[in-house]
Amino acid sequence: MSEKILKEIKVRVWKQKNSTAKGKFETYTVHNISTDTSFLEMLDILNMQLVEEGKEPIVFDHDCREGICGTCSLFINGRAHGPDDDITTCQLHMRKFKDGETITVEPFRVGAFPVIKDLMVDRTAFEKILQAGGFVSVNTGGIPDGNAIPISYDDAEAAMDAASCIGCGACVATCKNSSAMLFVSAKVSHLARLPQGKIEASRRAKAMVAKMDELGFGNCSNTGACEVECPKGISIANIATLNREYLMAKIKD
Amino acid sequence: MSNFVSSSIGKKFFMSITGFFLMMFLLVHLSINLLLIFDDSGELFNMGAHFMGTNPLIRIVEPILAIGFILHMAYAVYLTWQNMKARPVDYKQVNQKEASTWASRNMFVLGLLITSFLVLHIMNFYWKLKIEKSVGLVMVSGAEMHDAYTLVAGLFKSSLAYDLVYIFGAIVLGIHLTHGFWSAFQTMGWSGNLWRKRIEFVGNVFAIIIAIGFSIIPLYFIIRF
Ligand code: HEM
Ligand code: SF4
Ligand code: FES
Repeated sequence: MSEKILKEIKVRVWKQKNSTAKGKFETYTVHNISTDTSFLEMLDILNMQLVEEGKEPIVFDHDCREGICGTCSLFINGRAHGPDDDITTCQLHMRKFKDGETITVEPFRVGAFPVIKDLMVDRTAFEKILQAGGFVSVNTGGIPDGNAIPISYDDAEAAMDAASCIGCGACVATCKNSSAMLFVSAKVSHLARLPQGKIEASRRAKAMVAKMDELGFGNCSNTGACEVECPKGISIANIATLNREYLMAKIKD
Repeated sequence: MSNFVSSSIGKKFFMSITGFFLMMFLLVHLSINLLLIFDDSGELFNMGAHFMGTNPLIRIVEPILAIGFILHMAYAVYLTWQNMKARPVDYKQVNQKEASTWASRNMFVLGLLITSFLVLHIMNFYWKLKIEKSVGLVMVSGAEMHDAYTLVAGLFKSSLAYDLVYIFGAIVLGIHLTHGFWSAFQTMGWSGNLWRKRIEFVGNVFAIIIAIGFSIIPLYFIIRF
C-alpha cells in the first residue's frame, strides 16, 4: 500500500482529570499525517503538539506497541481497538481513516474498569480474576519435555488458541453487557485442556466465575460481539466450554 | 446451591431451561392451532382444544408453563438490569452492526413486545374460555365441549386489525428465537466451533417455522373470509 498524506485530521478525545471527575470531549486538529503512521504514533504527534502549545497531553495506555502485551486500549469510532479486525490499537494504522475525518476516541467504558485519567482505565479487575483461579498449583520441578506430555494434537492446539488471550479487555469493552466471559473462558478452557490444569478445573471455573460476578461484570447473552473484536480471535466456543465446566462443577457439588 | 442461583451462569441456566421449555410449548401450541385451517367446520380444532383442556397431563403442565413464563420474564428483567448497571457511563458512539445481530442486542425489547402480545392474547381467548366462561357449548362426536373454534375464527374473520396484531406477534417471536434458540444451547455448553453452525441453522429454521406457522392462521382467515 503506497503512502499517502492525510492533510487534516480532527481527533475528538475524552478528557477526564481523574477517576471521580466528570469528563468531556475535547477536539484537536493534527496536520500532515502519513497513512503509514500508527494510530498511537498519531496520538504521540498530537501530544508533542500539545506540549509545545503548553497544554496537557492526552493520557493513554500502551507498552509493547507490537500487539502482544494487551496494554493499549481505546474505543475508536465506536469499536474496541478501532476500525480493523484482529488487531490491537497499537497495530492500527492511519490508512484506515480518511482525510478530513473526525475520529472519536473514548476510553473502555466498563464499571469494573474505572477511568484513571483521560483514556487510561484500570484493568486490575482482570488480575483479581486470574488470582482467583487462573493458574496451576505446581510449585516445583524443572521444565517438562513438551513431547513427554500426554495430550492430543487437537487439545494442544485448542489450548494454545485459548492461551493467546493477552488480557486487553476489548471483549468486555465491546460487549453490550460488559461481560468478561470471553476472557474468563479463554483461561478456563486453556487450562482445563492441559493435563497439568485439568486437576483443578472445577475449582478454577467456580472461583473465577464467582470473582467475575463479584467485581460487577455483566451477564453474557451470547451476542458474540466479543469474538469479533478480540485482537487474538478467541472463539466463543470457549464460553460454551466454560459454561459446561461450571455447570458440571456445580452438579458435582 | 444458593450461590448457583445468584451466579451469572446460574441465572443464564434458568433463562435457557425456561427458554427450551417455552419453545417446546410453542411447537405443541402451533400443532393444535393449525387444526383451525384444516377443517372449516371447526370440529377438529374443538376436539384438539377440548383435549388440551381436559387431559390430566396437560392440566399438570399448564401451571408449570405459567411458572416457566414468569421465571423467564423475571430473570430477563434481573439480568438486563444488572447488565445495564455494569456500564454506568455509556459510549457516545457505538458501532456494533458488524459484530453482532440486531436480535441478539434487542432480546429484552423483543421480550417486552412478546409480553404485551401475551396479555392481549390471554384476554382474547384464555380469559373468555376459562375465567369468564362466556363461550358457548357444542356437541362434537357425542361429547359436549366449548366452541373454541367460533371464538377464535370469529375474531380472525371479523377484525383485520387483530389479524395484523397476531401476525406481528408471530414475527416478533420468530426474531426472538433467531437468537434465542442457539443461545439456549450455548448457555448449556452444548456448542462448539462445528456444532454452532449447525445449531444456528436449525434455530433459524425453527424461528421461521414459528413465525410463518402462527402467521398462516390469521392470514388464512383474511384471505378466505
Ligand atoms: C414463548 C415465548 C418465549 C420463548 C419461546 C423464549 C425463548 C427464549 C430463549 C430460547 C432464549 C435463550 C436463552 C439463553 O440465552 O440461554 C431467550 C432469551 C431471552 N428472552 Fe425469551 N422467550 C420467550 C418469551 C420472552 C418474554 C415474554 C420475555 C420478557 C421480557 C423474554 C426475554 C428474554 C431475554 C431478555 C432473553 C435474553 C436473556 C439473556 O441471554 O441474558 N422472552 N428466550
Ligand atoms: S479474550 Fe481477546 S479481547 Fe478479551 S481480553 Fe483476551 S485478547 Fe483481549
Ligand atoms: S501496546 Fe502492547 S498490545 Fe498494544
